[in-house]
Amino acid sequence: MKPASNLQKMLESGHFAVSGELGPPKSADISTLKHHAHDMRNHVDAYNITDNQTAIVRTSSIGVAATLMQMGLEPTVQMTVRDRNRICLQSDLLGAVSFGVRNFLCLQGDHAKFGNEPGSKNVNDLDSMQWIQAVKNMQDEGVFIGGEKLEHPLPSLFIGAVANPFADPFEYRPYRLAKKIAAGAQFVQTQCIFDLDRFEKWMEKVRELGLHKKVHIVGGVTPIKSIGAARYMQNNVSGMIVPEELITRIKGAQDKKQEGIKVAVETIQRLREIEGVAGVHVMAIAWEEVVPEIVERAGLYPRPSLA
Amino acid sequence: MIVGERKPLAEIAAMLKPYEKVCILGCGTCVTVCLSGGEKEAAETAAALSLLWQKEGKKGEIKTGTVLRQCEYEYIADYAARLEEFDAVLSLACGVGVQAMTAKLPEKIVLPGLNTQFMGYPVTQGVWKENCLGCGNCVLDLTLGICPITRCSKSMLNGPCGGSQNGKCEVSKEVECAWHLIYDRLVKMDMLDRMEAVQPPKDWSTSHHGSVRTMVREDVRVETSQ
Repeated sequence: MKPASNLQKMLESGHFAVSGELGPPKSADISTLKHHAHDMRNHVDAYNITDNQTAIVRTSSIGVAATLMQMGLEPTVQMTVRDRNRICLQSDLLGAVSFGVRNFLCLQGDHAKFGNEPGSKNVNDLDSMQWIQAVKNMQDEGVFIGGEKLEHPLPSLFIGAVANPFADPFEYRPYRLAKKIAAGAQFVQTQCIFDLDRFEKWMEKVRELGLHKKVHIVGGVTPIKSIGAARYMQNNVSGMIVPEELITRIKGAQDKKQEGIKVAVETIQRLREIEGVAGVHVMAIAWEEVVPEIVERAGLYPRPSLA
Repeated sequence: MIVGERKPLAEIAAMLKPYEKVCILGCGTCVTVCLSGGEKEAAETAAALSLLWQKEGKKGEIKTGTVLRQCEYEYIADYAARLEEFDAVLSLACGVGVQAMTAKLPEKIVLPGLNTQFMGYPVTQGVWKENCLGCGNCVLDLTLGICPITRCSKSMLNGPCGGSQNGKCEVSKEVECAWHLIYDRLVKMDMLDRMEAVQPPKDWSTSHHGSVRTMVREDVRVETSQ
């Protein structure tokens, strides 16, 4: 089957993929986001657009995706099940497909209590697993969740999921990935990797189960911009592990920002050595301008051009 | 049981502002057991409110009473005559009781003295936990007695999300991750295969999402005049 997107093409041709991440603003002015997208266009194969990340109201992922498509760039639309019931999820997916989006990342979403509308209802009509399966069924069988047929078949999509090797129960995490693959995930992006030892342990089990041959595993990498940012991730972002040694290392460096970039580059280099890791997803939150440098220093530039 | 918590006195006082003859009415069942709306709490509330009225210079009369079950018409009917003299009833029952009272005594003003919290149980003296949402389609067989619909903050049916760490939910270190509990239990009982199959989307139509529910059992049904 013909790959649905550039990202899928890159991963299936065996190239080490690189994706970037864009967090939409808390306004309808996306000019800065467009600059960031433009500045890393030669360094990433696709752009994740976050969906009201950490439950904070922002311009919609699909809205931004439309702009990216107009710019000739490839979006991966994140869709959480937190804010939409199955009617809206399916409808929004169709809307995004209608203007050319092919990459979808299906995820649960942080609880609304973390965001700027803590009193809102958490929808969770579906869970992330069911949403992955629903997208697969819409594509493969041409049916909605309720059983009704789509009036026309969907084009091929590239269905993504997330995996968090840093969450518990740790022993269960590879099996959860297996379940997501069974549900329909074709690629998976991981939570930001700071604890490489734990990540490697997770990958060992993933390989033992043969999962790396069934799904493209893309490792999440976030450059640490400051000690404050590291502490914030350590204490306030759910499902993260930021080892104390890493914070000590950056604290001890003369140029802390350079050290943060260096750590990210080293992480990518180590990930490239791990059997079964098919690419990296660089999440430089509020620090998008360093993505080209990181990609270049990690030896992943220029990006292969695929016909 | 249904667990409730008494509303703050200031809110109760504000609610009762227009009324001078008030009955604070406890309920003898769930809210008595959870120490929030029984005879004792009715007396305590009456004493506190009297003091407040005195301080504010408000003239009025506060009495107390208890209905064994404010959620059942028979018990309300037996008590109804004793409520005639009052302008308003502050019910310390759950929301079910307040509404059954209103339905049975439509000429009376019945106000809620409690915030109804949840269906749950006391884990230890003074601590109650929610453990059933009344979704209308029980899955406790699948998860061996731990409800993911109620006790997972995201009502997930297919295992723990990425926010589960050290057995705790991302929402709070005070909240256990239900799926971690389920996982541990399934491992212990050698039944982990129960987490393998993808559980399909839940049919929420059996829950409150399907609109207000009425249960009819023809085998025990007797028409009564209300």
